[in-house]
Amino acid sequence: MKVSVLKNVMGANEALAARNRELLDRSGVFAIDLMSSPGAGKTSLIIETVRALKDKLRIGIIEGDIASTIDSDRVRKEGVKVLQINVGAECSLDANMVGQGLAKLPLREFDLLFIENVGNLICPAEFTLGEHRRVVVLSLPEGDDKPVKYPLMFTKSDCVLLNKVDLAPHLEFNTVKVKTAIRGLNPGVKIFEISCKTGKGVREWCDWLVKERQGIAR
Amino acid sequence: MHELSITQNILEIALDKAKEISASKVTRVNVVVGELSGAVGDSVQFYFDFLRKDTPAGDATIGFTPVPARLRCRHCHQEFRPEDIPWLCPACDSVSVEVIGGQELYVESIEVA
Repeated sequence: MKVSVLKNVMGANEALAARNRELLDRSGVFAIDLMSSPGAGKTSLIIETVRALKDKLRIGIIEGDIASTIDSDRVRKEGVKVLQINVGAECSLDANMVGQGLAKLPLREFDLLFIENVGNLICPAEFTLGEHRRVVVLSLPEGDDKPVKYPLMFTKSDCVLLNKVDLAPHLEFNTVKVKTAIRGLNPGVKIFEISCKTGKGVREWCDWLVKERQGIAR
Repeated sequence: MHELSITQNILEIALDKAKEISASKVTRVNVVVGELSGAVGDSVQFYFDFLRKDTPAGDATIGFTPVPARLRCRHCHQEFRPEDIPWLCPACDSVSVEVIGGQELYVESIEVA
């Protein structure tokens, strides 16, 4: 006997993500899912953002990695609360892991939560976590073909940060081409050119972040 | 790359449905897999054969109905199937395209005894 089911395989993740979102909203926390390839500069971006905004906003961090506490050790030095989640063999954070992480954090003490995802341009695009905004970091050394090669990640993001622009003189990275490709996939996306090394564009990014957070009803 | 958790979800959905209708045995699970869903059928098959053991789906097979990727050009509204990357409108060469199909991933039906 054949029985119709019609049930989304990612439904369980989406239900948990909705629960995370409710908890974040209730606690007054604006959450960012920060995604990129390994080494694009997610952790450096968090550190620069914390330095720029720590007098304005109370910031908490969830660090997702396959293994190690390297990133959380780096970020903790900035005086913020960090929770490390090691995902082992999994290729991305999912809503369940983040939910368990949220339960361990003093959410009422935060205005802004960065969830630094596992370095990977593929799988994290598939999992919603309950975040308010999805931000992708693309660093210039990765090449200007990444939006074309990994389109889904860019269709599902609210903001793309082109990082390490200080290296532009040494690279053949076509910024116009990459922006055209990203906006083609995602016309509403916000794009900033930044350098965590020189600080270029960090203020514009932080202003955007503060504004987006204010746009969420408290 | 995350087929283990995907397959766990598929099996759980199938077993939940079987329980709901008081079926003692699941003989087949039919899954619809979009080309852009991120799930690889061979890999799901591999995990399914491992995970189904010692469950009411112990002898079950799994079937996949693939759904091809479908894109639509935002400029000329041409609908097309991307042959390769880059995603480029075959009618007007625009890179401004939206995904309109191929992201599906759901359990369509189960067969029970």
